[in-house]
Amino acid sequence: MSINATLIGQMITFALLVWFTMKYIWPPLFDSLEQRKKKIADGLAAAEKGQESMHLAEKKAKGVLKIAKEQSAEIVNLAQKRANEVVEASKDLAKKEGERLILVAKSQIEQEKQQAKEVLRKEVAVLALRAAEQILSAEIDKTKHQDILSKISNQLAG
Amino acid sequence: MATEAHAAEGATGYIIHHLTPLTVGEGFWALNLDTLFFSAVLGGLFVWFFKRAAEQATSGVPGLVQNFAEMLIEFVDNQVKDSFHGKNDLIAPLALTIFCWVFMWNFMDLFPVDILPLIGSVMGIEYLRVVPSTDLNATFAMSISVFGLIIFYSIKIKGPWGFAKELMFQPFGPWLLPFNLLLKLVEEIAKPISLALRLFGNLYAGELIFILIALLPWYLQPVLSFPWAIFHILIITLQAFIFMVLTIVYLGMAHEDH
Repeated sequence: MSINATLIGQMITFALLVWFTMKYIWPPLFDSLEQRKKKIADGLAAAEKGQESMHLAEKKAKGVLKIAKEQSAEIVNLAQKRANEVVEASKDLAKKEGERLILVAKSQIEQEKQQAKEVLRKEVAVLALRAAEQILSAEIDKTKHQDILSKISNQLAG
Repeated sequence: MATEAHAAEGATGYIIHHLTPLTVGEGFWALNLDTLFFSAVLGGLFVWFFKRAAEQATSGVPGLVQNFAEMLIEFVDNQVKDSFHGKNDLIAPLALTIFCWVFMWNFMDLFPVDILPLIGSVMGIEYLRVVPSTDLNATFAMSISVFGLIIFYSIKIKGPWGFAKELMFQPFGPWLLPFNLLLKLVEEIAKPISLALRLFGNLYAGELIFILIALLPWYLQPVLSFPWAIFHILIITLQAFIFMVLTIVYLGMAHEDH
């Protein structure tokens, strides 16, 4: 067991190995490790961010939904109110129209009544005249009493 | 050792044979070919694997290779962040290299002790010690390199005078300067020595026990080598981890300016 020139040979080999490792092995491998670490960290951060934004979006959606619900409720209320109004208005209208129709009918009836009265009156006058004529023809000279006769017939007709 | 191995036979010969490196040359300039070969091959494997992962690296869904490489990178990076507070692009790759390379050295220990030497002997190689961390040269090469970095960064960060001041005036103040210097020098030098010897000792002992188990009758071997191998999985990982963490800690101390 003696120290000899092997020592020098081994030192040279060792130096070469260390040099090679330092130059060609350590940096690329270590870099890839660091890069992966960074990638993973970035990915985790992005995931966290995504989750946060999702929470935010959920909150926002809830808010929007709430507003929409309120709005729709308001709209429904308004619509109901409007419908009531319309119903009331149409009721009024119908009532008025009915009243008007009744009025019109009444006036028509009145008119017809008047007309009928007129006709009747005329017929009664004619009949009365005829009766009077027949009665008088026996006793009165038509020409003599013309004035009186026409007066009566006018009164009857009026 | 080589001469002893030729002489001794039986159990001792077997053990010595297994622990003798394949050497060329004489004296200090001898080279342990097996250590150099196996550590280079394992280093190449490490580099090949991680290079593949680095080429495929994407920040998207990682493949199997990238996933495994990233697991190790993340593990090493956490260790560095725990014990090292300065800014230095060298520390983390250095720690990764140390951890993986030492782990692979140690892993060679889990191959059955006779397989690779047997293949070697078929190919005409007489001695083959397959675990680089049972060679003091390998462990010391690494720890001395780390020691060099400790000195380099101490001087770079604290300045030559700052480092000298730390050596001379701490921990007991300027009046005990020689004592401080001695203490600090011992402390500094103990770092590479303890690093290297801890790893070497653990793996050498582990390998020795595997060899001893291999000497027993065949029906006893699984009963012993199986639990020892499982225990060894813990040891080889732990030793690689300790080497890495201590390197980070030592370099972290070098970067701290008092």
